[in-house]
Amino acid sequence: MKLELRGITKKFGSFTANDNIDVVVEDSQVHSLLGENGAGKSTLMNVLFGLYEATSGQVLIDDRPVSFNGPGDAMAAGIGMVHQHFMLVPVFTVAENVALGDEATKAAGILDLEATRRKIREISEQFGFHVDPDAIVEDLPVGVQQRVEIIKALVRDARILILDEPTAVLTPQETDELLSIIGQLRDNGTSVVFISHKLREVKAVSDVITVIRRGRVVGKAEPEASASELASLMVGREVNLALGKEDATPGEETFRVEHLNVVAPTGQVLLDDISFGVRQGEILAVAGVQGNGQTELTQAIMGLMDQATGRVMLEGENLLGRSVKSIINSGVGFVPEDRSTDGLVSTFTVAENLVLNQYDRAPYARGLNMRPAVINRNAEDKVEEYDIRTQSGQSNAGTLSGGNQQKVVMARELSRPLKLFIASQPTRGVDVGSVEFLHRRILAERDGGTPVLIVSTELDEVAELADRIAVLYKGSLVGIVPGDTPREVLGLMMAGSSAAEAGATPLPEATDQGSGAAAANPNQEEESGNE
Amino acid sequence: MNDPVDGPGPGPVAPDSETPAGEPGSIPGGADAGNSPAQLAEASGPDPQASLMTRITTGNGMVSVLAILLSLIVGAILIAATDERVTEASSYFFARPMDLLGAVWTSVSEAYVALFRSSIFNTQADGFANAIYPLTETLTDATPLILAGLGVALAFRASLFNIGGQGQIIVGALLAGWVGFTLDLPAGIHLILAMVAGIIGGALWGGIAGVLKARRGAHEVIVTIMLNYIALYFLLYLLTTPGFQRPGSNNPISPNIDSSAAYPLIFGSGFRLHYGFVVALAAVAFVWWLLNRSTTGFELRAVGANPLAARTAGINVSKAYITAMVVAGALAGLAGTAQISGTERALSSDIAASFGFDAITVALLGRSKPMGTLFAGLLFGALRAGGVGMQSNTGIPIDIVLVVQSFIVLFIAAPPLVQAIFRINTGKKKSKTTTARTAGTGGAA
Amino acid sequence: MSTATTTPSAGVTSVGTAHRNWSTPMVLAVLALVALLGFAIGSPSATARFRISTDHDAIKVPDVMLGTTLVGWIGAILLLGLAAYSFRLTSRRATAPKWLVPAFAAIWVIAFLVWVIGSANNPNVYFSGLIAGSFTLAIPLIFGSLSGVLCERTGVINIAIEGQLLAGAFGAAVVGSITQSLLAGVLAAVVASMLVSAVLAVFSIKYMVNQIIVGVVLNVLVAGLTSFLFSTVMKADTALFNSPPSFHNIRIPGLADIPVFGPIFFDQTILGYGMYVAVFLVWFGLFKTRWGLRVRAVGEHPQAADTVGIRVKAIRFSNVLLAGVVAGLGGAFFTLVTSSSFSKEMTAGQGFIALAAMIFGRWNPIGAFFASLLFGFSLNLSFVLSILGTPVPNQFMQMLPYIVTIFAVAGLAGKSRPPASNGVAYVKE
Repeated sequence: MKLELRGITKKFGSFTANDNIDVVVEDSQVHSLLGENGAGKSTLMNVLFGLYEATSGQVLIDDRPVSFNGPGDAMAAGIGMVHQHFMLVPVFTVAENVALGDEATKAAGILDLEATRRKIREISEQFGFHVDPDAIVEDLPVGVQQRVEIIKALVRDARILILDEPTAVLTPQETDELLSIIGQLRDNGTSVVFISHKLREVKAVSDVITVIRRGRVVGKAEPEASASELASLMVGREVNLALGKEDATPGEETFRVEHLNVVAPTGQVLLDDISFGVRQGEILAVAGVQGNGQTELTQAIMGLMDQATGRVMLEGENLLGRSVKSIINSGVGFVPEDRSTDGLVSTFTVAENLVLNQYDRAPYARGLNMRPAVINRNAEDKVEEYDIRTQSGQSNAGTLSGGNQQKVVMARELSRPLKLFIASQPTRGVDVGSVEFLHRRILAERDGGTPVLIVSTELDEVAELADRIAVLYKGSLVGIVPGDTPREVLGLMMAGSSAAEAGATPLPEATDQGSGAAAANPNQEEESGNE
Repeated sequence: MNDPVDGPGPGPVAPDSETPAGEPGSIPGGADAGNSPAQLAEASGPDPQASLMTRITTGNGMVSVLAILLSLIVGAILIAATDERVTEASSYFFARPMDLLGAVWTSVSEAYVALFRSSIFNTQADGFANAIYPLTETLTDATPLILAGLGVALAFRASLFNIGGQGQIIVGALLAGWVGFTLDLPAGIHLILAMVAGIIGGALWGGIAGVLKARRGAHEVIVTIMLNYIALYFLLYLLTTPGFQRPGSNNPISPNIDSSAAYPLIFGSGFRLHYGFVVALAAVAFVWWLLNRSTTGFELRAVGANPLAARTAGINVSKAYITAMVVAGALAGLAGTAQISGTERALSSDIAASFGFDAITVALLGRSKPMGTLFAGLLFGALRAGGVGMQSNTGIPIDIVLVVQSFIVLFIAAPPLVQAIFRINTGKKKSKTTTARTAGTGGAA
Repeated sequence: MSTATTTPSAGVTSVGTAHRNWSTPMVLAVLALVALLGFAIGSPSATARFRISTDHDAIKVPDVMLGTTLVGWIGAILLLGLAAYSFRLTSRRATAPKWLVPAFAAIWVIAFLVWVIGSANNPNVYFSGLIAGSFTLAIPLIFGSLSGVLCERTGVINIAIEGQLLAGAFGAAVVGSITQSLLAGVLAAVVASMLVSAVLAVFSIKYMVNQIIVGVVLNVLVAGLTSFLFSTVMKADTALFNSPPSFHNIRIPGLADIPVFGPIFFDQTILGYGMYVAVFLVWFGLFKTRWGLRVRAVGEHPQAADTVGIRVKAIRFSNVLLAGVVAGLGGAFFTLVTSSSFSKEMTAGQGFIALAAMIFGRWNPIGAFFASLLFGFSLNLSFVLSILGTPVPNQFMQMLPYIVTIFAVAGLAGKSRPPASNGVAYVKE
């Protein structure tokens, strides 16, 4: 089936998310849409899928114009979509989720799930999915949930399958499996639209690549195109993959995590005996596929995890068991991974957000009384210093763009003397200009002598910032390797291989002052920690 | 009245930290922290809810005024439709249509004139004192409404729906009353102790809901509704026991409180208005300071707007929930004190009247802001006082006030509806300045 | 709720702690101790007499005589055992079997009943009547709680059950009285209650006004409106406007004579029989049909439903209206069965008990049915006990539904999980 998008424009108020986009997906083709976060890829697909109404433009299937009033129409026309955030009802079984909206029924509308179960088993067998139709979805691993989404589309005879950032939540292994499934689908005659910002995957799976930037098609490419060529198309300028960063001059190790364990109430081990240290003037980046314990690690350090055991030592004091407030006040700066849920109160003003964790301390408060004048002056200063694009400090934080919101959080956390700085996904969903700015700020904090802990799922970011890299896999520390470790090696480690198995260069003891440098596994790391 | 939502803004550079969008009362689904509109905002495009939210929450004074106007019209229709003279005139409508219009006019104007004369200024009274008597009645009725309304509004700002004003008033009045008619203390101390008892009672009852919310995640709406009934049945039980039932009486009513535990009357014995009203005004100022100028208020508002971000910023979410409900309950407890030490002077099953529920509408009309709540409380106090007078003068049941109040809140909660109504009307009616202006803003929204 | 499905989606509770939950065993232990101290050790050493049959019954069953001491001790020991079992399960992080809390509740209620009757001045109760009366009181509660289930399963919070019942009662009284037709009365009740539903639906679904606010205001509005019309129109001509006919019981010969169960199942009004049908239909519809699957999907994850072509708002709208139909039947029960005329605010908070029953019944029609029965029983018991003269003030019996509900929402009586998107307006992105 051939799909054509012709001149699609989608506006949200004054914001143009898609600007006159043309894309043609041929029959039995894997067509990738490559672009940064926020480039407008998802918006485009939501238009195609009938979830948004296009401001102007046309969708053609097999050269006939179609118009969809909703996802139902799109599905009837043979389009299936696997959303970035899965569209599965957590408390339903796989069969119920697959059946939903397209239910087989007996007389009087009584559900007939047996037919659905049969189809699930068939498809499962054909593609080697191993999905139990009667499992409850919320109990399934993320990778399996994604297969349920694919089954949902296939059961509806989708001839065009849209996959929106499908690998964001997968391990490299699961990603490879998904890519091979996509190959099988194409061989069976299904067209696939693969949306991603990850060059490697796009190159591996595509027949054709369309690059989108700021809501516009900026180029088309063959999968043979070089990574740097694609990257510069995607971000709109020369991308220097080896950004000039001065070497760290690490000092004393003032921050140490020792035997940190987090067990969920269900008994699931979220963090398994994590130990590592960060020295002053050094960036330790924690790499790993999303959902392998990074969130829990930062939250445990910040006192946001009640079930954490072990020790979190900052300048000789144990942070674990203390309140969030006392941890913040002892000089820990924290940029949470999701600024809109955890970092900002979007209905508060920028000025208020800039003191969100300092509101009750001098000079912003005197006793119970807050001092609006001081708070506003602080806002004016920070808006200027961090180049926060806002009408004024009195605008609501929710009205700012993602990059500027992140600057607010960053400004708040970096504008006081820190003994430790933690940033989780510091540049997620941030425009390129701001990324560089934010990265420079983080480096400046490092160079000022603060131990810095960065958590990122983006290997590019890890490579750019890290002096050393710790890899988490399923809640365990796989190893700590040098900052210039090749990404293939990191990829293997992110899938669970130890540093030695992955072939990582051990950190020479001499240059790394016995911080457990050669740590190929957590045990060695612990031993060195006792020095 | 035109713009009751804005704070007084004392300093020249004082920021209006009462950001409009911070009101849970007007956020669709805003009670659920996990679904804060902020969370729905995606990097890929502007949050589509934002525009809607702004539309709802920046509802200006004009929408409020129009909502009140519309609701009075609804009330007028009801009054006219149930008036026998109107029914009669409509039976020969085709013969003399003007009779019907005349009957409607007579019926409605009589009612609303009576309402005005019993709530603001009695134009027919001899002497100034008698003429303003209705106004003092309005202030008397407004006192518990303002206090309990503040309690609801404060909780709203922490994103808590305090439906429990009724129960908190009862328990506050219960304790204050017990102090009032059981203890024997010098004047002054006795009253202060009664007030403290009322505050404690309300705070305790509100605090239960706060603690269950904070520690157990129990939905405060359900808990407070249930606590209302528990308080009521507890009161009914106590009024059958020797410590509370008036000696020699078989009715569920307590002894009168000592005069030393009563609020002094402001204008002497000719008027019911008591110093509880001054307490209510002080409470408005206190709540304004608490919400907008104190660190505690910052915590409450942060937790109300985004509990996850608040927690990450080191704010104790559980403590904020409990604080909000305790203070909210304390304010309702003061409303209970105003009832027992001010107007009623004895406990009965009806001590809270419907003030606890009315307080919700007061807080909503006041957009969860202290000054707004004050004005809304005064308005509903006037409706209540005027409703009594209207009932005795024209026989129109006071229940009409409930209807008008409910419509006001419904209209205010959905500005698009008000705008839609007035846009339609501009087509039909001769254009009045107000309607034209609304249509304009409606088109712009 | 658009996040990945692996995380529990209850936003509010995720802020709190999530340790091993000792609350259920703790509560059971406390209740068991109350039973031990009150019903066993504090037994009045009397004999409680439960009369099953009356003299004119066709089938005669001898009265049940229960020694309060014996029953008290047996009950207390069983309850302590169950509490201990619950402690053991929790310490092993095992989930409690579904029967545990209901079984505990049943034993506790029986022990309490024997104790309280035994302690009465006249330890003698007509058991069949007690149960039948409980059912009668429970019928409007059941209709009301089904209304709540229908709304909240699609994600619309229904605080307005009270208003729906009251509107239904009013509509049935007026139209029933004017037409002297029961059918017209019931239809009017349904229409009146649906009007309340329609306002709830328009404001909460179309205008996305907070659902709790709309519900609260609707209750006030209906109370005000019906009271106003009662005082003006109805009082002016009671014969015309407030003299509705009454439903009569339809006795199924033979079966109706079965002790205890006969009056409950085979001697009811049409509305009473309709209640059983409604419970079954709502349960069957929700869990066995395509409609139910879609309704539940909309209540749990509206985006997911939308992406498979289900019209979220339409389903919500229609379900809220359907809830009005069901609540209307409950409202009609007030003026066409229990009472012969309408009076001001005659539902007297029953809508909130129905709300409580829905929550206590965990948003499940069958659960709501049994919860309503329990609450109806406690209400009826309070009436019966006030006649018998017992140590428990009847106000405390009347408090019971509310206290039990607080325990339920506080998670002190097992975990209940409302539909994930309950109360959240659906905004298409």
